[in-house]
Amino acid sequence: MATKRKQRMIFVIILISGFAAATALALFAFQKNLLYFYSPSQLSSADVTEEQLFRLGGLVVEGSVVRLPDGITTQFGLTDTKGQVQVQYTGLLPDLFREGQGIVAQGKLNADGLFVAQEVLAKHDENYMPPEVAEALKEAGGQHPVSISKTMVE
Amino acid sequence: MIPEIGHFALVMALCLAIAQASIPLIGASTNNANWMAVGRSTAIGQFLFLLLAFVCLAYSFVVNDFSVLYVANNSNTELPIYYRISAVWGAHEGSLLLWVLALAGWGFAVAIFSRSLPQDLLARVLSVMGMISIGFLLFTLATSNPFDRLFPAALQGRDLNPLLQDPGLVIHPPMLYMGYVGFSVAFAFAIAALISGEMDSAWVRWSRPWANLAWVFLTIGIALGSWWAYQELGWGGWWFWDPVENASFMPWLAGTALIHSLAVTEKRSTFKSWTILLSIIVFSLSLLGTFLVRSGVLVSVHSFASDPARGVYILGFLALVVGGSLTLYAWRAMRFSSTSQYEIVSKETMLLVNNVLLIVAMLTILIGTLYPLFEDALGMPKSSVGPPYFDAVFVPLMLPLIFMMAVGPVAKWRRDKLKELFSRLKIFAILAVVVGGVLPLAIYGNNTMMTAIGIAAAAWVMLSSIYAVVRLVAKRDAQTALLKAYAKVPKAMYGMLLAHFGMGIFIIGVVFTSSFSDQAEQAVKVGEKLTVAGYDFTLEGVAPAKGPNYDAMRGSVRVEKNEQLLTTLLPEKRIYNVQRNAMTEASIHTGVFADLYVALGEPITLDEWGLRVYYRPFIQWIWLGCLLMALGGIVGALDQRYRAQRKTKSVNA
Repeated sequence: MATKRKQRMIFVIILISGFAAATALALFAFQKNLLYFYSPSQLSSADVTEEQLFRLGGLVVEGSVVRLPDGITTQFGLTDTKGQVQVQYTGLLPDLFREGQGIVAQGKLNADGLFVAQEVLAKHDENYMPPEVAEALKEAGGQHPVSISKTMVE
Repeated sequence: MIPEIGHFALVMALCLAIAQASIPLIGASTNNANWMAVGRSTAIGQFLFLLLAFVCLAYSFVVNDFSVLYVANNSNTELPIYYRISAVWGAHEGSLLLWVLALAGWGFAVAIFSRSLPQDLLARVLSVMGMISIGFLLFTLATSNPFDRLFPAALQGRDLNPLLQDPGLVIHPPMLYMGYVGFSVAFAFAIAALISGEMDSAWVRWSRPWANLAWVFLTIGIALGSWWAYQELGWGGWWFWDPVENASFMPWLAGTALIHSLAVTEKRSTFKSWTILLSIIVFSLSLLGTFLVRSGVLVSVHSFASDPARGVYILGFLALVVGGSLTLYAWRAMRFSSTSQYEIVSKETMLLVNNVLLIVAMLTILIGTLYPLFEDALGMPKSSVGPPYFDAVFVPLMLPLIFMMAVGPVAKWRRDKLKELFSRLKIFAILAVVVGGVLPLAIYGNNTMMTAIGIAAAAWVMLSSIYAVVRLVAKRDAQTALLKAYAKVPKAMYGMLLAHFGMGIFIIGVVFTSSFSDQAEQAVKVGEKLTVAGYDFTLEGVAPAKGPNYDAMRGSVRVEKNEQLLTTLLPEKRIYNVQRNAMTEASIHTGVFADLYVALGEPITLDEWGLRVYYRPFIQWIWLGCLLMALGGIVGALDQRYRAQRKTKSVNA
């Protein structure tokens, strides 16, 4: 009987230490690696430092896309119909990136208030609107977001 | 007419599923052989009707029947025939039909290959599979009928999403579904054991190969999905911690735990209730994965158009299955007592540690994947959990797991001694450290701590898994010839060797790809050269090209190393005729030691284009490793033990 109990003890101890380790790891990783999402109008009131990586979502402002002389760097405005932020990205843009399209950019704010994106996400569906963007647009009091994107695209 | 036949076949399949779920179960509890026998015939019938439904849908695609809504939404007359067939599972309704077909296919296989299974066990297993089938067939018929008509019929279809027009996508979903659904067999065995209260050695021997095979399909399915993402999404990566990738990875981790726990249950007749619990968890995770993909609650490249009714239905079904089976588990699992004992230092304990690590890793992924849902529910500020989180939790959990992967196979059952284990393995530990330190230096002239640890871990696993087999052979008596001794090693051992060795290959691929990748994104004039990782890429020109259902601009990029022409890559920017979206089609030169990957961007001026070039060393090893793991699973499932038993049983019968 003693070995039986011992066996159960082994089982339980291994189980508990495993889960404790996992909880610690997950909590630690959450603290360090959570990416916050802001819309352009939230950004003015948000407490964002220059070092902080975050996500910014909105519609690409019509007529705002400019390619810099190096050919590979693009600047454009991102809006949620209330606020606007200037974004810069170096690299090939995703296929569905275009004016009026809802996108999400990931990057940092620089000292001049320019958002330097490391990654630009646009999905492969003309009617697609990242849900964060849709919600941000709704909060900013725009029209129904999907209709905005559609009319703007067409 | 044909679509109506398909619809009718679906309804027939549902009727048979209802019979399959109820009659054999009653038969098993009243010990009525005739009623129990109903399970086999209904399982076979259900499969045939679903096959008929599937063929009807495929036929509608082949003949371009745009009076069927689903066909009109996902196909087009210009779509090549092979993509018209794969379009059957290119969107929600059809992929669900594939799901139930796969489920019925597993039921069919159980009915055919398990004739000599104890009759009441077979009846209960098939009955449980019938219940799952009812859930999904009702779901299909009520919310997602692929045979719905469109009136008036469309003149032309809206075409298959261009992203899905890729060879990888032709076979990725069927494989993945076979894996997901395959765990329903292990689940059904677990529930049958809980209902009957019996879990003898025959039970384990019968359920183990099924779990192995499901795991094989899931492994191949995930690998193919990763390969497709690499080819088609154009990000040069192979894993993105996308919610849907996670949804398939979670059952894989739990399934890996299950096949190891089953090994302990078979060999040592212990971990019984743990094995049952794992069987329930794995299948629940498969259902959760289905829910996450179908409901659209999580955003990902895979999300099909979301429909709240569908999400609610699957969530309800999930709650029923998980809740029901866990209740049953809480009520009955105490019956299964272990008959053997083990010490702290033993193979059992090591496999237990392996199981806990796998389940813990699965849970951290589960938390990360579902976190956005909690956030939504609690009204917290929006954030996203991305690759940095998953890398941060996953890597530290995998290192001890990989360490144990090498120790476990050479440890003894019941009781071992740390000292002896150490003396068995120290030579390999030294070798592994040397390889980890030297190999990256030898190939790339450069090494870091993380790279060295990764490569050492791979070498450690590969060396010890070979040694585990060699050790068995070395124990032979003097008369036995060497070859004969190798032939006598159980297939399960060779399966382990292949799978663990494959894991080593996989790790090498991952470590080298993440350590020594290189890339460039630049505007390039025609005739201009771009140099990445010692390779020269010259844009020779860009010209229009035409495909079956798209127009493209095709770039021609000459690749040279040391002034020697290596290959010419032809990346394309495609516009599909129907959906009018631009699509980047990368061109990849695949090599054993490195891939060269070129994607074409936007035109900047008339003769200047954006160009993206990736150098990805050893990336093919990632998928090669997965393939070896799957092969190991197959070899393990083919072990003589399972077949020999089948033969003797049928003789007795």
